[in-house]
Amino acid sequence: MPEIESKIQKFLMDNFVLSEQLDQLGFDESFLENGVVDSTGILELVFFVEDQFGIQIDTSEVLPENFDSINCLAAYIRRKQKVM
Amino acid sequence: MSYLADSMQVPVEREVSRITQWMKQYVFHEFKRRGGVVGVSGGIDSAVVLALSVHAFGQNRVTALFMPEKDSSPESQLMAGEVVSRFGVNFIVNEITPALTALGCYDHLMAAIRETFPDYDPDHDKVKLVLPENLLEKPGLNVFSLALLREGQPEQRKILSPRAYLGIVAASNMKQRTRMLNLYFHAEKLNYAVIGTSNRNEHDQGFFVKYGDGGADLQPIRHLLKSQIYQLAKHLDVPQSIIGRTPTTDTYSAGSTQEEFYFRVPFDLLDKIWLGMDRGMCTAEIAKDLDLSEEQVDRVLADLLQKKRTTEYLRTIPLSLEPIPPES
Repeated sequence: MPEIESKIQKFLMDNFVLSEQLDQLGFDESFLENGVVDSTGILELVFFVEDQFGIQIDTSEVLPENFDSINCLAAYIRRKQKVM
Repeated sequence: MSYLADSMQVPVEREVSRITQWMKQYVFHEFKRRGGVVGVSGGIDSAVVLALSVHAFGQNRVTALFMPEKDSSPESQLMAGEVVSRFGVNFIVNEITPALTALGCYDHLMAAIRETFPDYDPDHDKVKLVLPENLLEKPGLNVFSLALLREGQPEQRKILSPRAYLGIVAASNMKQRTRMLNLYFHAEKLNYAVIGTSNRNEHDQGFFVKYGDGGADLQPIRHLLKSQIYQLAKHLDVPQSIIGRTPTTDTYSAGSTQEEFYFRVPFDLLDKIWLGMDRGMCTAEIAKDLDLSEEQVDRVLADLLQKKRTTEYLRTIPLSLEPIPPES
């Protein structure tokens, strides 16, 4: 598994207390539709990404296409890293 | 008139009668209480609930309680006073700033705010929690930011850290819970019930404090959308100054509207989209009826469902492993 995806998955398992759910959560499946994150959870994800990958996130970038699955988030992180 | 605008209309006279009969039945006959206490905020929901309580119990059996604190808008007390004098009920003003100070509410709040704005000065700066702007205009997840307003400077906004967000929410919620405590004090002293003011938007979307404003014996307008409450307000002769006032949270010093703090869509449209969903209409039908794009409607529907799903905990009463057997 690529490093970014693996870090995201570990973060979800460590912080969202849902190891059983995660076993069934595909890399393209929606965090929102699967009830993985709530209003606190999305803030936790934002701060995890900023902290782990050293990128600055603007509110306008916190969109479903960037933050709603492991693959979306990994792709977003790669795009941000390229422009750094 | 569009189908959804037409469907939003409530037969107000019949609805007021239905609600007040139910209130009388529960308060007098089931709960064996002699009247009701209503926490008034100066907003439309509590004004309507006060009016309904007067219709149900009589003006001599209703007490209105206004509980300002130092971050409350001065306008709220004027509005609360106006609605209370319109309905002629017993009025108690209970300033809760000393209680909140003693509980450490403002110190906790300041510490949490300073995690985001280290130079925050509570004597001069004002703050509010906000979600990204109008969901109809722009997509975006519900990521809370803190806005700081300082005289002579443009507004600053920063995404909150999870710790700061939880700290601000926990401290702010002490305000609503202190109000609930006072409502029950007066209710018990008078042998009255506490009549809650939550509407359907607040209840279903989780815009209330568990055991705060969500703590009550009856919630007579919980089945009604905000747009329908406006219809009742007109019928019940709620002062026009209250009907015309923008709904606010009146919780944070900067003052924020309920739309910018939580709902992200004007009530008028939000309620119609919601009603369309209730009626089993598809996205295309709702969009056509309201002259919106399907993408806009989908965005609002997704947000409604997401908020409902993630706030289920707030609506859950204390659980028991096994049900209590009924009386034999």
